[in-house]
Amino acid sequence: MTEPQEELIRDLEAKAKTIRKNIISMLAEAGSGHPGGSLSSVEIVTALYFNVLRLKPEEPQWQDRDRFVLSKGHAAPLLYAALAERGFFPVDELLTLRKLGSRLQGHPAWGMLPGVEASTGSLGQGLSIGLGMALAGILDRRDYRVYVLLGDGEIQEGQVWEAAMAAAHYRASNLTAILDYNGLQIDGPIEKVMSPLPLPDKWRAFGWEVREIDGHDFRDLLKAFDWAQRVKDKPSMIIAHTIKGKGVSFMEGMVDWHGKAPDKKLAGQALEEIGAGS
Amino acid sequence: MEQKISTRDAYGKVLVELGRRYPELVVLDADLSKSTKTSEFAKHYPERFFDMGIAEQNMMGTAAGLALSGKIPCASTFAVFATGRAYDQIRNAIAYPGLNVKIIASHAGITVGEDGATHQSIEDISLMRTIPNMTVIVPADAVETAQAVTAAVEMKGPFYIRLGRPAVPVILGDDYRFQLGRAAVLREGQDAVVFAAGIMVHKALKAASILEAEGLEVAVVNVSTIKPLDRGTIVNWAKKTKAVVTAEEHSIYGGLGSAVAEVLGEECPVPVIRVGIRDRFGESGCPEELLTAFQMNTDSLVNAIKKASERKK
Repeated sequence: MTEPQEELIRDLEAKAKTIRKNIISMLAEAGSGHPGGSLSSVEIVTALYFNVLRLKPEEPQWQDRDRFVLSKGHAAPLLYAALAERGFFPVDELLTLRKLGSRLQGHPAWGMLPGVEASTGSLGQGLSIGLGMALAGILDRRDYRVYVLLGDGEIQEGQVWEAAMAAAHYRASNLTAILDYNGLQIDGPIEKVMSPLPLPDKWRAFGWEVREIDGHDFRDLLKAFDWAQRVKDKPSMIIAHTIKGKGVSFMEGMVDWHGKAPDKKLAGQALEEIGAGS
Repeated sequence: MEQKISTRDAYGKVLVELGRRYPELVVLDADLSKSTKTSEFAKHYPERFFDMGIAEQNMMGTAAGLALSGKIPCASTFAVFATGRAYDQIRNAIAYPGLNVKIIASHAGITVGEDGATHQSIEDISLMRTIPNMTVIVPADAVETAQAVTAAVEMKGPFYIRLGRPAVPVILGDDYRFQLGRAAVLREGQDAVVFAAGIMVHKALKAASILEAEGLEVAVVNVSTIKPLDRGTIVNWAKKTKAVVTAEEHSIYGGLGSAVAEVLGEECPVPVIRVGIRDRFGESGCPEELLTAFQMNTDSLVNAIKKASERKK
């Protein structure tokens, strides 16, 4: 692959900035939700929705679309911000997050909001759902691809490894998982709570092709997604090294910001920082 | 002599037929295809059969993904593992979005027999019945199984169908027509009514015949759709007879007995005696021995019906 064009990278960085700002605004308005793990995955999801995924926002159920499953469903604000920015529904609606009657449920709910591909939130289930989509694609000889975003704490769930085994068994090369490796879960650092390390060795032992990247670097991300599309006979795993709360100084690396919304004042500070950031 | 076929055998057979009619039908199993009889489908349509290994949670999640991609997945394993091991997957990944997944589980109840309590599902109806969007069916015999599975595949949405291990008498004729959400009155009578499901329907009919000789007219209603429950038929027959017995191969907590008592408590309070498993685990033994030991055989039903009809006097 040729080096990604500078203009594309600049566009993606601008989109990421908008999405980050929208996440903060949504959470502040909702008064609850999960900023840490939403912000750590912003570049991953921005790269997918604005460069990688083959989509038709005006036809959300288009059969040949690529599928994205947010297995770490608590990062719903990120998914919603990306979908709105991509044109699946009006950006104004983002501020209804977590409110009674909203299509933007606290965790993604399938069938309510265009672009949401599965109901997730109970951790550990998205890779299995993605595998089902991938198997259907193989069965129907459709060339769509399926992408699943996992949290690093989430892979403590046994179901993830059942799915990992099955995806390799069925040679689902149309399935790519991305691991948001921010190193933190609610009770602390993942190694201290329940270590899932060593990550690459585990996934390789389960029959996956693995690549490790900087999950905030669009050049790395685009190259990795390009690589994933060329992996044959195996599912592919992109381990993305990230920083929890990325982009907001007082949230970065702070486990307390896993599931707490900023108040109006802190949100203002966060928005200012994101706006000023390069 | 009466013909005996297990409901799981009927399932295996009808799946092959449905596989021919519905190219989007896919089947998943968790290393029990020879027991659930999905192996028949696997033989005919190997490319549409997925053995997911001993991993029920992933099987249910994968079924959800297949349904989201336009397939009609039937996911099968033993009832205890389908509904217990993978409850959260059924709840959140399948039922919450209302996906078109058919969970068709075999080896339900204590008539699994010798394998004992770990394999005897006595709370699966209760678990599935409380999940919104879920339809729950307990076919009475092979004839009803074939029709209920066909109906489930033809209709949209999540279904739970409960099947058994042993060969059981075929009680419904070829003219029987399963209707989703409708209880079927198999026998009329004024003195008492038995609302029964699964293998207990046959026993209820036998009990009614015995009591007829003693001068008691007992109605028998096959409540194969546990959810949505046919409230109208249940209330009508409770009003007519004023003596109700429920019969199921399941805990008396949360299953058919509970469902009937809930409706009658709200709409037509009459004495209700629930025949079923009384807050205990199963154990090893042969099926008929177990049904006797658990007071769920024909004699127990006869006694329960007598007691119910005496109470109204």
